[in-house]
Amino acid sequence: MKLRYFAWVRERIGKPEEDVDLPAGVATVADLMDWLSDRGDEYAHAFDNPRVIRAAIDQAHVKSDAVIAGAREIAFFPPMTGG
Amino acid sequence: MTGTIRLQREPFDAAHEAAKLVRGRTDIGAVVTFTGICRGEEAGAPLLAMTLEHYPGMAEAEVTRHVEAAEKRWPLLGVCVIHRFGHLSPGDEIVLVVTAAAHRQDAFAAAEFLMDYLKTRAPFWKKIESARGTGWVEAKQGDDALASRWVGNPRERAAAE
Repeated sequence: MKLRYFAWVRERIGKPEEDVDLPAGVATVADLMDWLSDRGDEYAHAFDNPRVIRAAIDQAHVKSDAVIAGAREIAFFPPMTGG
Repeated sequence: MTGTIRLQREPFDAAHEAAKLVRGRTDIGAVVTFTGICRGEEAGAPLLAMTLEHYPGMAEAEVTRHVEAAEKRWPLLGVCVIHRFGHLSPGDEIVLVVTAAAHRQDAFAAAEFLMDYLKTRAPFWKKIESARGTGWVEAKQGDDALASRWVGNPRERAAAE
């Protein structure tokens, strides 16, 4: 599964994207943030306040309880500030 | 009808885009043109530069979804949304929304709706460089409130207020 990071989430993790193989049990976006947080200090820093992190599955906004099965691409980013 | 949607590094010409929407047509009675511009100060500190990051692919998809929603909600006769990304300086244009309709109320409302949603739902992030240093702009709660006023049927909302 491809993961993509934007803005300060990208800066904290130190890369814009990566491919990961997820273990069984990582079922939702919230599970995925938990799992990522345990991968190292940079991830723990990026996800230290998961409530502010927004997520998208296959380029559409989702909530943190969204099921990730079948997703090709999941993105994490801060609240948007365009316009 | 889905209007013009462009994400680009280059500047745009608001007058030219508005003229393109109405050229050769006599059914349009109102055109609203909104341009968002990079200010030269942020929270009291002079702003030196801005970088707009976006999520390619999703940004286009999200803008398209909102243009389609606007077209369902108001009888629009033309729409144009252009959002820039990359490096910007104070005074540069950031975003353009043009809406055309037979009557002004529909054109004004649709332009506000599109801007409110672009601010809170389109995957763009502003990083600014000011005299105080470099940092990401924080989302404003007031912008979420502005976007949420469009949720639901307008009559239901009026009844609830």
